[in-house]
Amino acid sequence: MNFLFYLFAATALAGGIGVVINRNPVSSAFAMIVSFLGLAALFIQLDAYLVGILQILVYAGAIMVLFLFIIMLLDVPSEERRRLTFGALAAAAAVAGGFLLLLGSVLRKHGAGRAILEPLDLPADAPSDVHRIGDLLFSTYWFPIQIVGVLLLVATVGVVVLSKRELR
Amino acid sequence: MPPIASIDLASLAISTAKIIGLVFLVIMPMVAYSVWAERRVSAAIQDRVGPNRVGWAGLLQPMADGLKFILKEDFTPGHVRKGYYWLAPALTMIPSLLTCAVLPFGSRLFGEKMVIADLDVGPLFVFAIASLSVYGIVLAGWASNSKYPFFGSVRSSSQMISYEIALGLSIIPLLMIHGELNLGRLVQEQAVNGWALLPLWGESLSLKGFVLAIPVFVSFLIFTTSIFAETNRLPFDLPECETELVAGYHTEYSSMKFALFFLGEYAAMIIGSGLAVTLFLGGWSLPFGWLAPESTTAEVPLWHGLVHIGAFFAKVIVFIVFFIWVRWCLPRFRYDQLMRLGWVWFFEIALANIALTAILLAIFK
Repeated sequence: MNFLFYLFAATALAGGIGVVINRNPVSSAFAMIVSFLGLAALFIQLDAYLVGILQILVYAGAIMVLFLFIIMLLDVPSEERRRLTFGALAAAAAVAGGFLLLLGSVLRKHGAGRAILEPLDLPADAPSDVHRIGDLLFSTYWFPIQIVGVLLLVATVGVVVLSKRELR
Repeated sequence: MPPIASIDLASLAISTAKIIGLVFLVIMPMVAYSVWAERRVSAAIQDRVGPNRVGWAGLLQPMADGLKFILKEDFTPGHVRKGYYWLAPALTMIPSLLTCAVLPFGSRLFGEKMVIADLDVGPLFVFAIASLSVYGIVLAGWASNSKYPFFGSVRSSSQMISYEIALGLSIIPLLMIHGELNLGRLVQEQAVNGWALLPLWGESLSLKGFVLAIPVFVSFLIFTTSIFAETNRLPFDLPECETELVAGYHTEYSSMKFALFFLGEYAAMIIGSGLAVTLFLGGWSLPFGWLAPESTTAEVPLWHGLVHIGAFFAKVIVFIVFFIWVRWCLPRFRYDQLMRLGWVWFFEIALANIALTAILLAIFK
C-alpha cells in the first residue's frame, strides 16, 4: 500500500511546513498536530501500533493541548505583527542548512533508500508488540527505567518548589 | 492479525460493511434516540410527560428534531474566526465516532469477528483518539471570540486533561489481572472465566477471583466517574453550565453546527458506555458462561452471534439509562470541587489501587 505511505507522508510534511509558514501561533500549533497524526499513521503502517498510538496519546493528546493553552492565553496579534529581520533569517538559514547537511551525510553513509530491510519473521502466535516492549523495558532495561522515573520525580518536586516559592 | 500492508479488496469490503453497519446503522440512531430517551426519562423522573406527540410515544421526535436543526438558519456571527469556527463542530464529532472502531460489539457472525479493527492496543487507542476531542471544544471557544464560550472551553479542556489521567490509571489494575490489551480477547476471557465485576463462574470462582474483585470495583467507580467528566455530563457539566456561562463553548453556534456538538457529546457517552461494558461487564458475553465460545478463533453458530450482539447493545443501553438517571439525581459540582476530586482523590486512589492489585497478584499467584 504505497499509496497510503505517500498520503500520510505528505500529511506529515504539509503539517510541518504549516508550522513554519503560519503567522498565527494557533494555526501553527494545529499544523503541528496534523503533522503528528501523519507520523502516527506512518508508524501504524509499519505495524508499530504502540509507537503510533503513543505518538497520538502523548504528543497530540497531551503536550499539544498544553501548548495551545499557553498560546491562546498569550497576545496573538502581537505575534502576527512581528516583522522578519535579516539577522533572524540568516540564523534560521544557517541552522536549517547545517541540519540538512548533517542529515544528508548520515543518510548517505547508511545508504538510505537503497538498503532493503527484511520484515521480521514472527510466528503467528507471537505476543503483541506491547507485550514485547513491556518485557524488554522491565527486564533488559529495568535500570534506565528506574533512572528515568527518579529523574521525573525530581523534575516534579522541582516544579512544585519553584511554583510555590513566590507565595511565601 | 494480517499486517496493514496486505489489505486486499475482500477485507476492505468487509471492513466497509462493518463500519457502515456499526456507525451509521447502529451508533447514529442510538445517538438520536438517546437524546429522545434523555428527554423521556428526565420527564418521568420529574413527573412530566416529555415529548410524546410525534409518532407513537414520541418515537419520531428525533427525526423532527433533525429536520428542525437542518431547516434553522445557520448563522455565523461576524466576530468569529471563520475557518476554526467551522472546523470545531466536526472535530468534536469525529473522535467520538472513530473510537468505536476497536470496541468488540459481538463475537462472530458468518465467521467474521464483530469488531472493526482488532487492535492489540484497544484501550490505548480509545484514550488516544478520545483525547483529541478536546481540540474541538478548545477551538469552539477560542474561535467564537467571545467571553463565555472561551471560559467554557478553558474549563472543559482543563477538566478533560485532569480526568484523562484518572481514567487511564483506573483501568491498569484490570489490564494487570488479565495481562491483555486486546479488547476482543479480554471479553473472551470474561465470557469463559467470569466478568471483571461478577466473578461467579469459571476460573474466577475462587478466593483469588473474589479478592481481585475489590481493586476491580474501585477501578470501576473511578472509571465511571471519570467518563462522566470526560463526556462533560452532569454532575460535571461545568463547560456548558447554563447558570454561569449561558451555554458554554457552543453559545455562538446555531442550527446543525450546534447539533453536531450535541450529537458528539451523546456519541462520546455511548462509546464511553461501550468501553465500560467491554472492560468491566463482560462486553458481548452472557452471564454464567452461557453460549460462550471456547476461544476467540472458535466457530460461533449464527444465532449465538446474534444473541451476543444483542447482549452487548442491551448492556450499553442500560448503561446509557444509568448516565441519564445520574444526571437528574445529582447537583452540579463547583469547579474547585471538581478539580480537587480529580487531582487529590481519584489520581491518588487510582495509584494506590494499582499498588494494591500488584500486591494481591503477588500473594495469590
